[in-house]
Formats: sequence, structure tokens, C-alpha cells
Amino acid sequence: MLGAETAPNLRVMIDKRCSMKEAIANTVQDGSSVYIEGFTHLICFAAGHEIMRQGRKDLTAIRLTPDLIYDQMIQAGCIKKMVYGWAGNPGVGSLHAFRKAVEKGLPHVLEIEEYSHFGMVSRIQAGAAKLPFWPLKNYAGSQIPEANPAIRQVTCPFTGEKLAAVAPLEPDVVILHCQRADQDGNAQGWGLFGTQKESAFAAKKVVVVAEEIVNTSVIRSDPNRTLVPGFLVSHVVHEPWGCHPSFVQGHYDRDNDFYVKWDEISRDEKTYDAYLDEFVFSCADRKAYVKKMGTELFDKLRAKSRLCAGVDYGF
Amino acid sequence: MGFEYTSSEMMSVRASKELRDREVVFVGIGLPNVACNLARETHAPSLQLIYESGAVGAQPERLPVSIGDPALVTGALSIVSQSEVFQYYLQGGRIQVGFLGGAQIDRWGNLNTTVIGPYAKPKVRLPGSGGACEIAVHAQRVVIVMRLSPKSFVETCDFITSPGNYSLGKSRREWGLPGAGPTAIITDLCVLTWSEVENEFIVSELFPGATPDQVQAKCGWKLKFAKTLPEALAPTREEVRLLREKLDPQKLYL
Repeated sequence: MLGAETAPNLRVMIDKRCSMKEAIANTVQDGSSVYIEGFTHLICFAAGHEIMRQGRKDLTAIRLTPDLIYDQMIQAGCIKKMVYGWAGNPGVGSLHAFRKAVEKGLPHVLEIEEYSHFGMVSRIQAGAAKLPFWPLKNYAGSQIPEANPAIRQVTCPFTGEKLAAVAPLEPDVVILHCQRADQDGNAQGWGLFGTQKESAFAAKKVVVVAEEIVNTSVIRSDPNRTLVPGFLVSHVVHEPWGCHPSFVQGHYDRDNDFYVKWDEISRDEKTYDAYLDEFVFSCADRKAYVKKMGTELFDKLRAKSRLCAGVDYGF
Repeated sequence: MGFEYTSSEMMSVRASKELRDREVVFVGIGLPNVACNLARETHAPSLQLIYESGAVGAQPERLPVSIGDPALVTGALSIVSQSEVFQYYLQGGRIQVGFLGGAQIDRWGNLNTTVIGPYAKPKVRLPGSGGACEIAVHAQRVVIVMRLSPKSFVETCDFITSPGNYSLGKSRREWGLPGAGPTAIITDLCVLTWSEVENEFIVSELFPGATPDQVQAKCGWKLKFAKTLPEALAPTREEVRLLREKLDPQKLYL
């Protein structure tokens, strides 16, 4: 009976689950453009570390705020070009590998294409909406367009107003970390969103990384919480603690002590490389990293629960 | 009187007074963050704090350690995507006050957070704009918080990241910028306010104990002073208590 076979509850789910190793090996090639999403929240350090372990090179790395993870990837020689809006250690100071590369060309020259955050968001929206450009009221009186000729101008066909315009960003791979997803990649998140939804639609391939894998029934019970539907997603990775030292709302706090300590670690070439050796290259995967960091730290960072009231989806 | 306070505490307290109750403020990290949260604890309990990360109407229970902190989310009025923050809130003209700072500032309030030295071969590569340029363009007014030093208060910025009231040979009006631009610069010795008549920032208030000579010695351009120079109110015991015990007990910024 055709009706019964195609009934939604009998449809066979595609299982896209795999290890981080497989997800990166299958999506990130030398020369790829990669966007590890997350604005301070949900930054998938686990994916960055795996890219470094696989020795990927010549990447174009895209982020609004390339923080510690892209700095580590610069130090490890993965990144050829960075497209970004603000390159620093949030709340702390400088990114030292980034600065050495731009100021001194050490260990190699880093190409940069620099916008503001609004400019980056606009590029990602153009990519998501498949438009040839995105207009924004910005940059008049600023020298950012002098530094980046890819920031152009358009004239509004209705008012004649001059607006800034930026081109679409369509990363080869976007890596999205979220609180929960099902095996098909239907991904739900809460807390600070960054450009999660926009970047998934802009991307050629989407890897979803989740703290928790749940049944589709959990997703369907709260559809307003879904950021990305599974049909956009090619790989699903279950990676608890995958964002440390960044944070995941409701799961664990930002490890601010680490961000502060990082300034010292990354200032000196030797301590920087020693850190990467110990916590990236000597760890087979995220599980090994978590084990190495120790339970005491993770007990300290584990979020205290603050449940919301919930909503009624009845009809 | 008879108690000590630091210059960071004085700056935070003075900056907090730039905010009025019920205003919508785009909060930056560091001292502005302390100032906004202090205003909320004192004279502006209904101040609406908006963070670039997407937290709207935030009521952080601890001082956020970055503009994206889980404490900004818990108890906020709304959490929105960054495309909403920039398009609807900022470009949409909903932000009344923006706070900015930088590595360099000139007499027109132009800010540099991009490079020291030439862009192509910088002596110091700074983080860049982040959201600063669009805040400078769109906030209905901008308050700048920066410590005085001849290295940062300069005749000419090496790079203009965020436009002030007159940049690259044109005024804000000529550029067609929607916001009114910077109105006040809160330093560690004085306050400068924008003077339409002089077409530059002038010293309008001195902090307790500061002299015009001290201020001039720390500024890279020849300053103009207002005809009357009132002394700013020193922090009260209660303000200092709030700062030390509640807002920044770990002394992250103060």
C-alpha cells in the first residue's frame, strides 16, 4: 500500500552521524573556504583542532570574530587567507599568531580581507539568499573601503541614495555547533545565535556538531527551536564539550581563565607550539582532549540549570 | 569625602551619567560595560542594554567577560540573530547611545582600531572594526571612553575605522551619516564635549584634582577649553561600593 509506505512516521531516517575525523576528512580539502560558525558562543574548537590534525593547508578561513581557534590554525599553518571583521582575543587582547603573520609575515604571509561585523553579516545574508550583493548603510567617512576594495557602492533605484554593497559569501564548508540535533542533522539551538541560520543557507556543505543527539520526536516537539533543517546538512557529529574554551548555553560556561591564560601561552612561539603539541596534535580526538583537561575543570564549567516555562504547541 | 577611588572607577561613574533612564544602549566590553551596568543599578533602572552578540534587554547577573557571555542570555528580554541586531536594531535607528573606544582618536572623534602605521605594512595590527564602524554610523549619539595619552589622542589617526563628526574632509551631514556622532569623550582626567562652534572636541569638565596643564600634556593636539570648567562630581561611596562589590568584584576592568 503506497500510502502506508510514504506516511511520515514510517519514512526511513538517513543516519548522517560520523566521527569528527570523518566529517572533516570528507568536507574540508586543502584550499577550501571554511567557516567555523559561532559568535563567542558555540565555537567548535573540536572541528578546528581536527582540521589542524589532518594538516589541511591553504584554507580561506571565514569568521566575524576569528578568535583563538583561527589563531591556532594560523600558527599550525592551515590558513592562507582570512575574511573577517574583528581579530582579537575577546575581552582579553591580541591574537599573537595573527599579528605576527600580518605585521612580520611570520611564519608566512597571511592574506586578509577585512570588513566590519555588519559587513560580514551582510555578505553571509547575500550568500544565504543567493543574491549578487547585499546593500547596507555603512562605511561613509571610514577608511575600511580604502583597505578593502571589495566593499563597493550601489545607487538605490528608488531614492538615488548611495549605499555600501558587499558580495555574497558562500563557504565550501560551514561547521555549526548546537545544543541538540537528530541523526538527520535537524539542529536546534538557543542562546546567542551569531549567523548560524544564515551561514548554513550560504554554505555549499554543512556539518552539524551537537552536544546531544536526540530523537526526531524531540525536534518535532519544539519546531520553533530548529535553526537548520536536516536536508541542508551532510554530516552530523556528536561531540560533547566540543566548544571548550568557548561555551554552550545550558551545558557549560566560557572558560574565561583559559582565555586570559592564552595571552601568555600564545605570546611566545615555544609555549604556543608546546600547547598545540600537547592539546591538539597529541590528542587523538575530543574525548582525549577532555580527558587531558580533567574532570575538575569540567565540573567547574558545567552550567547550573535554568529551565524555561515551555510553550504549548497544541491546536 | 575621605575615601579613595581609582581613575577607572571615576571614568565608569562619569560615563554612567551620560545615560538616561529608559534609553536603549549598545554596550561595548570593558569600562563601558561597567558604566552601563552601574547606570542600571543607580539612576537608570530601565536602561535597555543591547549587546552586539544578540542579547536585547540583558540583565547580566555577573559582569559579562565578553560581549558574548552566557550571563547576557539568562533573563534577557530577547535573543536575536546578528542580522537582526545590525539591520533592525542598529541600521533601523533603534539605538540611542553607542559606546566606543580605540587605540587612537583625533579632535573630531574619529577612531582607529585597525592599524598603527600604514595599512599595508602595519607596525601594530589591531583587531579591526568589529561592530564599531556601524555603531559610529548609526547610534543616535556616541559616547567615547578612553584614557588620555599623547599616543592615543593624536593630531591625525593612522587609519579611520569609525567616523566621528568630521572625517576625510567632510562633516557627518555631508557624508549623510544617520546618527549624530560622538557627543562626549570620557577620559581619566576630564570630559571633552563636541563643540559645533569650534568644530572639534573641547575640554568641558575636569575631574577632581586635574589641571588644564595635566590634560594638555597628555593630549597630542592643542586643546581648546570651555570658558567655564566645572569639576566633575567624585564617585559617591555607594557608587564605589556597587562597582567593587557587585559589578566587578574580580577587578577585571577596574
